[in-house]
Amino acid sequence: MIRTTPFHERTSALNETGLWEHWSNHLAAVRYQMSDKFEYFAIRNAASLFDSSPLYKYRITGPDAERFLAGVLARDIRRCPPGHAQYTLWCDDRGYIVEDGVCLRLADDEFLLTAAEPNLAYFEGLIGSLDVGIEDVSDQWAILAVQGPKAREILEPLTDVVATLPYFGLARTTIAKVPVIVSRTGFTGDLGFEIWAPAADALKVWDAVWKGSRGRGVIPIGLTALYMARIEAGLVLLDVDFHSSRFAWTDEDRTTPIELGLGWMVRNLDDSREFIGRDAMRREIAGKTSRWKLSGLVVDWREYDRIYDEAGLVPPKDHTPIQDEYYVYDDDLNQLGYATSQMYSPMLQRHIALARVPLDRSEPGSRVKLELAVNHRYHYFDAVVARTPLFNPDRRTA
Amino acid sequence: MPKTPKPPKPSKPTARKATKGGASDASRDGRYDAIVVGGGHNGLTNAAYLAKAGLRTLVLERRHLVGGAAITEELRPGYWFTTFSYALSLLRPDIVQDLELVKHGFMPILMPTTFCPMENGDYLLMGQDHQENQGAIARHSKHDADAYDAFNHDVTKVLQAIKPLLDAPPPDLFSDDPEELIALANLGSRFKRLDKKVLHDAVRLLTGSAADFLDDYFESDILKGYLASTAIIGTKVGPYSQGSGLVLLYHILGEHDGEFGAWSFHKRGNGGFTQVLARAAQSFGVEIRLESPVEHVITANGRATGVAIADGTEFHAPIVVSALDPRRTFLELVEPRELPTDLVDTIRRFRFQGTSAKVNFALDGVPRYPALKNRTDQYRGFTNIGPSMEYLERAFDDGKYGWYSKRPYLDCAIQSMVDPDMAPPGKAVMSCFVQYAPYHLRGSDWDSEREGLGDTVQATLESFFPGFGKLVLQREVRTPLDIERTVGLSEGNIFAGEFLAPQMYFFRPAPGWSQYSTPIDGYYQCGSGTHPGGCVMGAPGKLAAQRILKDRSRAGARR
Repeated sequence: MIRTTPFHERTSALNETGLWEHWSNHLAAVRYQMSDKFEYFAIRNAASLFDSSPLYKYRITGPDAERFLAGVLARDIRRCPPGHAQYTLWCDDRGYIVEDGVCLRLADDEFLLTAAEPNLAYFEGLIGSLDVGIEDVSDQWAILAVQGPKAREILEPLTDVVATLPYFGLARTTIAKVPVIVSRTGFTGDLGFEIWAPAADALKVWDAVWKGSRGRGVIPIGLTALYMARIEAGLVLLDVDFHSSRFAWTDEDRTTPIELGLGWMVRNLDDSREFIGRDAMRREIAGKTSRWKLSGLVVDWREYDRIYDEAGLVPPKDHTPIQDEYYVYDDDLNQLGYATSQMYSPMLQRHIALARVPLDRSEPGSRVKLELAVNHRYHYFDAVVARTPLFNPDRRTA
Repeated sequence: MPKTPKPPKPSKPTARKATKGGASDASRDGRYDAIVVGGGHNGLTNAAYLAKAGLRTLVLERRHLVGGAAITEELRPGYWFTTFSYALSLLRPDIVQDLELVKHGFMPILMPTTFCPMENGDYLLMGQDHQENQGAIARHSKHDADAYDAFNHDVTKVLQAIKPLLDAPPPDLFSDDPEELIALANLGSRFKRLDKKVLHDAVRLLTGSAADFLDDYFESDILKGYLASTAIIGTKVGPYSQGSGLVLLYHILGEHDGEFGAWSFHKRGNGGFTQVLARAAQSFGVEIRLESPVEHVITANGRATGVAIADGTEFHAPIVVSALDPRRTFLELVEPRELPTDLVDTIRRFRFQGTSAKVNFALDGVPRYPALKNRTDQYRGFTNIGPSMEYLERAFDDGKYGWYSKRPYLDCAIQSMVDPDMAPPGKAVMSCFVQYAPYHLRGSDWDSEREGLGDTVQATLESFFPGFGKLVLQREVRTPLDIERTVGLSEGNIFAGEFLAPQMYFFRPAPGWSQYSTPIDGYYQCGSGTHPGGCVMGAPGKLAAQRILKDRSRAGARR
C-alpha cells in the first residue's frame, strides 16, 4: 500500500489538484495548485516548501564509520568535518556510478546519508570487519526543503543558525522546540535549507515554517517545479540522467562520475585513500577513456522559432520538464550523443537540456544539433554546449 | 527589507558635462554617433541596439530616472508602486535575446490567474489549467465553455498571421523604391496565403467592434466582459465601438513564454524591467544622462547635428533619435518650418485624447472577496472590474461626454502577490488602471478632480470588496494630466497616440513617415507613436535602430 509522509496531513490539505506521484512508495505532490510555473517562480523569487521525506536515509555510526565511508563513497568524506555535508556518489569497482546522495556528518563517528533507492543490503555487504553500524532511518525523519532567495530570512526567526550556516554546512538546533538538523543543501540550485525533523514532530516544524512564511510569497511546490529548478541547476536525477550500475543491463546504461560531469568530486585520486572504483577512475583518466560528458545545451532560439513558424505552428515554450531521451547530432546528422533532460527555462528564456556529448564537443560553445519532432517529423535544432549550472545565482553559495 | 534595484551606473547629470558648442572633457569630445532623446523603454532599446552596433550613443532623459512610463517608485517605505505601466506581455522576445537581458536580471514572472468579480457577488476565475477554465466558464454558461476553445483557436490563427507585422517596419505605400514595392508585394502575398476565414476574422478584428466579434461566440456577460475589457484599454472606444476589435487583438497578441494572451509581472515591476534595460544598454557602452531635458534638435541645412538641453548645453551627433511622442517629435523638438506642411497638419490631427488613469494603493493586507471567504490566491494575476460589456459601455458613456466614469472599468493587480518584494510581509500594493478618465474634462480640470477620481475608484472597489477602504494605507492618483506632466506623454495617452486604424501601420504616425525617419536628415523617431505602437513592446526602438543602421551602411557604401 502506498504510504504518506509525516507532512501529509498538511500537504494533502494544500494540494488542490489531487495529483500525486509515487516516490519511493510515498505520495508526492506533482503540483499543489494549477500553475506549476508559478511554483517554480516561488523558488526563484521568494521561497518554496518541498517535502523531501520519501528519500531513503541511512545512519552510519561507529568508530570505523569514517573509514567505511571513505572506502565506499567516491568523494573523500575525510574532508567533510562534523557540521558539514557533502553531495556524494558511490561507484562499483569498474568506476560506474551506483547512486548519489547527500552525506551529513553529525559527529566524528555519526553520519546520515540519503539515497533515492534502497541501498541497505549493498552497504551492509561492504562492512566486512569494520566496526560500523548502518541503520535505515528513513521513517524516523521527515525532510522539509525551504528553497529560494527568501529561505534564510524566513527561517532566521525560527532558528538563528541559518544566519551563518555556510553552503553545505549543517547544525543541530530546534524549531518550535523540536530538535532538528538544518543543512544548507537542496535540489534547486538556489539559496536553500533542508530541515530534518523527527517524523513524530514533523507537523510542529511544518506549522512553524508555514506560519513564519505567510505573507511572503512562500508556497509549497511539487515535483514539476522541483525538476525545472534542478535542470537549470544541472543537478542529475537517478533513472533520468543516469542509472544505477547495479541494475543496468549493459555498460551503455552505466556512467562514470567523470562522464556525468562530476569529475571534480574525484580529482585527487592519491594513494592515501582506497575506495571502490578508484583504480578504474585512474585508468579512465590516464587512458582518456571517458565516453562522454554530461553538459548543458542551450537551443538557438531564432532557429527554434523559425522551424516552428515554417511548420505553421506557434513555437511552444513549454516549461514542463521532459525527462526522456532526445538525440544529439553533428552537422552531417551523425549521432553524437543524447539529451536526458530538457525544458524551456523561464529564467533563462531559452530551451535548455542536459546531454551526453562526446569529449571533443564538451567545450562550452561547441555546436551540436538536437533532434525534436515538429509536426510529426524530425527536425534538427542548433544548440550550443554550455557549462552547468545553466542558472547559477550568487546567493546559492553566498 | 527588500533590496532596492540597482540604479544604472554613473549617469549623474553633473558628470561629464559638455560645454556649449560641443567642446568636451578629456575622455570624450562631447560628440557622439547618436543621441537618443528620452530614456523610456523604446529610447533605451534603441540606444542599446545602436551601441551594440558600435555607435557611441548618448541617452538624454529629462527626469531623475530612466524608464519613461515604465517606472517603479517607493512612495512609502517598503511599498513599491508601478506608478504608470504595470505589466509585461508584448515585449518582443528577440529584444530579450539580442540585448542579453537575462544577464542583467530580466525576470518576467507569470501572472497565473485572472479574477473577474461580478456585481451580484459571483465571479469568474480563470487560471492556467484548461479543464479548470472550462469548468469555471461552464458555471456561467455551458455553451461558452465550448465556445471559448473555438474562440481561442480562431483568434490564435489571426494572431499567428498578424504577429510578424510587429517585428518588421510597414512597407512604404508611397515610395517607388523597388525594395518597398517588394516589401508590399510580400505583405500582400502573406495575406493572400491565409485561409479565408482567418483573413476575414483578421479584418473583422482590425476594423470592427469587440462586441460584434465576442457576441458571435459567447452568451455569458461575465466572460464577454472579461474579454471585452482588453478591447478598450488605453483607447477612447467602448466595446461596442468599431475599432475596439483592434485594441482587443493587440492585447491578446501579448505573450508569456510563447503563450498568447498571458501576462507577466517583471521582477520589481516595469521599473525593474527598464532598470534591466538600462544596465544592458550601458553594458554595450550607452551613456545615460539624467535630468537633461532636451529643448530642441539642432539642425543645419536640413540635417540634424545635435540637441540642446534646457540649460543650454549642446550635444552633437549626426544621428538624433526622438523617443518622444509624435507631437513632441515633430512639433516641439523641431520647428514646423523645417517640415513639410502636410506632415505638420497630419501630426496636428493625430489623436492623443488620453482616457485612462492610475490609482495605486498601499494596503494593510489583501482584500477579501465575500464569495471566496479567506481565499486570496485569486489575486495572483489581474482582477478585472468589468463584469459585462454593458458595464464597460456605460463607463464609456461618461467618458464620451467629457467626464470620468461613475463606475469605472478597473484593471487591478495586487503585485505583491506575484513579487513579494513589492511590499512588506503581510502588506500589499495594488495597482489599478482606471478607465474612462478623459484628458479633457467638461467644465472642470484634473487638478480639481484628482481626488474625486480616487474616491470613485475606491468606492467601486468597496462595492466589490467590502471593507476595502479600511485596508488603504496610502493612495496615489495619477490622472491623464499627471501622466502628461510626469512622463511627457501628450494628453496622457499611454500609447503615445491612439490605437485607431487611421493611426496604425502605414499611417503611424503619418503617411509616408512610418519607417522611423523624418524629413530632416539624421533625425529619427523611435517612440510608441511609431509602428507597432504602445505597450512595453520595444519594437519601435528596435525597428528604428535597424532603420538607422541600414541608412548608415548605405551612406557608408556611397562614400
